[in-house]
Amino acid sequence: MRVYEHPILDFTREKKIKFTYNGRELEGFEGETVAAALHANGIRTMRESIHLHRPRGLFCNIGNCSSCLMIVDGKPNVRVCVEKLREGMNVMTQKGKGELK
Amino acid sequence: MIACEICVIGGGPAGLMAALHAASLGASVVIIDRNDYLGGQLIKQTHRFFGSKEQRASERGVNISRELSFAVEEEENIKVLTAATALGYYKDGVVTVEKDERFLKIKPQKIIVATGGAEKTLPFPNNDLPGVYGAGAVQTLVNVYGVKPGQRVLMVGAGNIGVIVSYQLLQAGVEVAGIVEAAPRIGAYWVHAAKVVRAGVPIYTRHTIKGAWGEKEVEGATTVELDDQWRPIPGTEKDFDVDVICLSVGLSPLTEILWQAGCAMKYVPELSGYVPLRNVDMETSVPGIYIAGDAGGIEEASAAMMEGALAGLSAARALGYSASDFNSRRANILRELENLRSGPVGEKIRKGLKKVTLIERQEFRVLPLSSNF
Repeated sequence: MRVYEHPILDFTREKKIKFTYNGRELEGFEGETVAAALHANGIRTMRESIHLHRPRGLFCNIGNCSSCLMIVDGKPNVRVCVEKLREGMNVMTQKGKGELK
Repeated sequence: MIACEICVIGGGPAGLMAALHAASLGASVVIIDRNDYLGGQLIKQTHRFFGSKEQRASERGVNISRELSFAVEEEENIKVLTAATALGYYKDGVVTVEKDERFLKIKPQKIIVATGGAEKTLPFPNNDLPGVYGAGAVQTLVNVYGVKPGQRVLMVGAGNIGVIVSYQLLQAGVEVAGIVEAAPRIGAYWVHAAKVVRAGVPIYTRHTIKGAWGEKEVEGATTVELDDQWRPIPGTEKDFDVDVICLSVGLSPLTEILWQAGCAMKYVPELSGYVPLRNVDMETSVPGIYIAGDAGGIEEASAAMMEGALAGLSAARALGYSASDFNSRRANILRELENLRSGPVGEKIRKGLKKVTLIERQEFRVLPLSSNF
């Protein structure tokens, strides 16, 4: 769900890159956030709430609210709304508080 | 330890103007911002600004942010640290910062806090489902990354942000099913509201959201009409087939570092939360700590820029810097702020600022340090 035509803005999408989401290979663009790339692929659920295990997604999109914490390359509690997508990144739904290794 | 004269926390409209004005008098400035770019929330604002020439009226926010960022990069008295998050303020005047997973310490002589605001949420059943976003969040997604949040949106709140973001969603090819507003009147400027109404988006005043539904994500929303006492009227529920709910119900000032520094704070509803007391030159009750922009009370970006300019001049002046036109520059900024806050539109802000703006520094001392006076 990307915007291709816009009356004011030009979206310069440079290099296409691959990443995985829960083991599934997806495509995004260099320079965008993980959350933006997931939304472009129609994925809006980022983690599970700690106590009631309810699905949670993006809320503030600027790094304030911690609604979008995911496991990125094995590291939990990454705010994917401000984390830039990298080639080969491994992104996973976070369940629970996450463990530091 | 990085030594500098002025540390500006936050590189949005207020912080950038503060840095530019302080540097123009000769002060050395370090700007820290947790994002990897400067400009703050201006970078997603594609609409034209109102106001006077000094406030960059009729320019789009995104262009203003580019101009200010460029000017800051060109200014040799300013050092920029992006992807740098302020962690705390210590009694010896040290600001601690995390940058690239490293711990930095900055020891400035003056600090300007321009941390901005955070979007509020609203209580209703299922407000935690994926698909419920802050309106600003959707604005970032659509205008910065060119990605749609879904197919069809219900906007909650007809203030400037709600109405402007609705229009920007239409520009991006996203359908807007309607805008609900609990107040009896639309809060946004008519210029903005008229655009969405002309585009066929209904605005329902005296309506609020009753709940969202959906299993794993938002699949729809129910709205309800409110009576004169803001109570829901049974039987007036309407269902909306939407996959996105945007909340545009205000912001609150981001003030953690001011609390930590021990600034005298006061709850002021007109400024949308707890804000620090300040004098007319934007200095708080802690000498050497200044504020600018939404951190000192939620207002428009134009006012944030003018406050930043004022705080920058004041902090540099306190360090002994001046210029032959200092007094006229300061007077101009104060006049611009007064104009921005004039008339019925500025009434709420004027009332709020009256509660926290003190004329002389002396007045801070008679106030207790606790927040609840």
